[in-house]
Amino acid sequence: MAETGQWVPFWPKTSALSGDRVNTLFIAELVLCAAILALVFGLIWVFCIRYRRGNPVPRSALGEKSWVFEIGWTAATLTGFLGLFVWGAGMYVWLYKPPAADLEIFIVGKQWMWKVEHPGGQREIDELHVPVGKTVRLVMASQDVIHSFFIPEFRLKHDVVPGTLETMWFRPTETGNFTIECSEFCGTEHAHMGGQIVVMEPAAYTGWLTHQGVNLSLAQQGEALFRQHGCSGCHDANSTVHAPLLTGLYGSLVHLSDGSVVRADEKYIRDCILIPRTFTVAGYPPVMPSFAGQLGEDEIMKLIAYIQSLSPAAASREESTR
Amino acid sequence: MTAVAIDLPATYLTERQTVGSWLLTRDHKRIALLFFASITFFFFIGGFAATLIRLHLVTPQGGLLQPDIYNRMFTIHGIVMVWFFLIPAIPTTLGNFLVPLMIGAHDLAFPRLNLASWYVFNLSGVLLLYMLLMGGVDTGWTFYTPFSTAYANGYVTAAAVTVFINGFSTIMTALNFVVTIHRLRAPGMYWSRLPLFIWAIYATSLVMLLATPVLAMTLLLIGLERLMGVGIFDPALGGDPLLFQHMFWFYSHPAVYIMILPAMGLVSEIVACFARKPIFGYTGMTYALLAIAVISFLVWGHHMFTAGISLFSGIVFSLMSFLVAVPSAIKVFNWTATLHKGSIAFDAPMLYALGFVGLFTMGGLTGLMVATLALDVHLTDTYFVIAHFHYIMVGGAVSAYFGGLHYWWPKITGRLYPEIWARAAAILMFLGFNLTFFPQFILGYLGMPRRYYAYAPELQVWNVLSSAGASILAIAYLMPLVYLTWSLLRGRHASPNPWLATGLEWQTSSPPPKENFARTPNVTTEPYHYDPETGACIAQNGTACA
Repeated sequence: MAETGQWVPFWPKTSALSGDRVNTLFIAELVLCAAILALVFGLIWVFCIRYRRGNPVPRSALGEKSWVFEIGWTAATLTGFLGLFVWGAGMYVWLYKPPAADLEIFIVGKQWMWKVEHPGGQREIDELHVPVGKTVRLVMASQDVIHSFFIPEFRLKHDVVPGTLETMWFRPTETGNFTIECSEFCGTEHAHMGGQIVVMEPAAYTGWLTHQGVNLSLAQQGEALFRQHGCSGCHDANSTVHAPLLTGLYGSLVHLSDGSVVRADEKYIRDCILIPRTFTVAGYPPVMPSFAGQLGEDEIMKLIAYIQSLSPAAASREESTR
Repeated sequence: MTAVAIDLPATYLTERQTVGSWLLTRDHKRIALLFFASITFFFFIGGFAATLIRLHLVTPQGGLLQPDIYNRMFTIHGIVMVWFFLIPAIPTTLGNFLVPLMIGAHDLAFPRLNLASWYVFNLSGVLLLYMLLMGGVDTGWTFYTPFSTAYANGYVTAAAVTVFINGFSTIMTALNFVVTIHRLRAPGMYWSRLPLFIWAIYATSLVMLLATPVLAMTLLLIGLERLMGVGIFDPALGGDPLLFQHMFWFYSHPAVYIMILPAMGLVSEIVACFARKPIFGYTGMTYALLAIAVISFLVWGHHMFTAGISLFSGIVFSLMSFLVAVPSAIKVFNWTATLHKGSIAFDAPMLYALGFVGLFTMGGLTGLMVATLALDVHLTDTYFVIAHFHYIMVGGAVSAYFGGLHYWWPKITGRLYPEIWARAAAILMFLGFNLTFFPQFILGYLGMPRRYYAYAPELQVWNVLSSAGASILAIAYLMPLVYLTWSLLRGRHASPNPWLATGLEWQTSSPPPKENFARTPNVTTEPYHYDPETGACIAQNGTACA
């Protein structure tokens, strides 16, 4: 939980762009709700005192205008609620639709830890080092049950559902350590599935990266897997098998044999590896075998990193058109 | 009344006193009491689990229970309170007792089905106890997949079977109410003259009938996947975990309205009677009940805003969630307006009803916050949500249930409860409730996730306050058990209409005879004919109430 620096913790700090905006919206709704509560409770209180039994006040009935009140407060609540809806929905789209990212980090959740894979090949468990002021995009997978990656001080969470990839993004606004929690019940040690985000100055971050003693970047590790599992046998440029080339694939639009067109993002690449027959590319025979059960989530992420590295230009173009 | 009291008049209670006559009764009033015994038993089981949870959370590392035991405790608390108390509570007890009486009928349409419903309920209850004794289940009451189907090591299948069977009891009771309200209304009891409690039970029954089968299917699929490895929800078997959430919440969100709609009906009866005023906006109230029942089916996705549904679905479900809040707000305004120029007395039922309005409003307003997409991203799966839905279900539904229980206690038992003790319990319940659950809003915004058996040390203050409130709440819930039992034996005898209320149920003796009314009443007027200036009222059969 967040270290608030308050004697009795009452309000969590906001340490990211998302935190500031959500916090503002929360305060606005809190004030509005308090006003409505004061109005309703105030009226009940006043009526209960003034019209208590035995108090001699006039009680003759109102005129037959009750529908005016009814339509009035129905319209008022409807309008107010729609306003809140629009504000909240707009911010939700902003929260969950990632902008062009400075940095993409892979996260694998499993009972009961968060495994982190940096693009440079650095790995950590239950800690995530990021630079301050940069837009960080997380690509998340779960190896077993549903988890949820929750950072209270960023006012941000997203479930990590097995069988697919989820993404979220944030931009920390200050350095420090911020709590990560799992907020979706995941078994015995759910309460202890957490860790911290360490937000550092860019220079310190670069220093941290270089002191991790890593030889191969994530993409290079992915390339090794690409050969080891025989992917290169078909997908290399000089292969004799008629298979789609992966150079420039990431971020491009792919025409499938069923006539549909999909954007080749991380999720698409993952699905192609695990359930290839559902995503047969137009003009190619459906011969790719499924690799489900042969690759761990972290290995799939390395392969994705490798395939991403084959199209750096496309990746940045795709990001900027979001 | 001309009868000279040589023998006590036969009531439904004294008619025949053998065990067999109770266990095989087809009288809706006796079945209501049978249900009352069952749900009270389960209320204290669920309450016991809640007490252990709150005791455990007094210290940050929670030394009382092992993690696996703690996880089983909150699961039991959820399953018992949702399916064995909150959903059946008002319909099977007060609903069973009052629906025929309020519409001027001699019984429900299908008396045997009504009795069968009690037996099915108890069958599921026995299975539940068996499942508990075997070691319980640790999935949370929500049974999320693939945890429940592939990873949980408790008795998931037994729990699913329990809830599956329980659903049939719900369906039987709901079907009975719908047919009864359609077919057995006394002459002159037009739809426009139905008491709001009957409208509420009607709307509730429709939701029960339409939603419960979906739960049954979902649980069946869980069993298929867990026992036979049929891939439906588990991605390792080619299934989709989110499909489970869609199906589960398609039932479980309407289930929240199954809990709260009858409570709204009870509160409308009580507020009108103790303010001596016709309910403000009767027609609006009926439309609001029906609107809530319909829209309740279109909001389930708001449980999944962070689960990876598309942004577009998130937006649609948020909009629907705001829309369902409008009729709820209308009801709060109408109850408030009913108080205006009333002649308000603060007997225990009214204290409970006012407590309901306050706590329900709190629950509703915090409901707006969690319906707001961007806020829900932070608040979902934290204690904020726990506090929010306890304000609705416990602060709302349970307060109203106790209000209704006190209001109709003289009719059900023929005895008056001790007023002072009842008021004290009502106030204590309100205070204890707020002390228990208000700190949880703060804990939630601070980011304490739900279902944590251990938490950060700096959050201990709020957890201790919450646990302190829970102990007050526990005492407040035990008080009625004591003084109501006392009143059964020693309470003063009640007149037929002690509150001077307008419903038909007050136009027969207390307690009513087996056949409810000597002659089928003839309804000549709308409900809630109260005059705040004189305090007088006209019952629905046209007689002055006395």
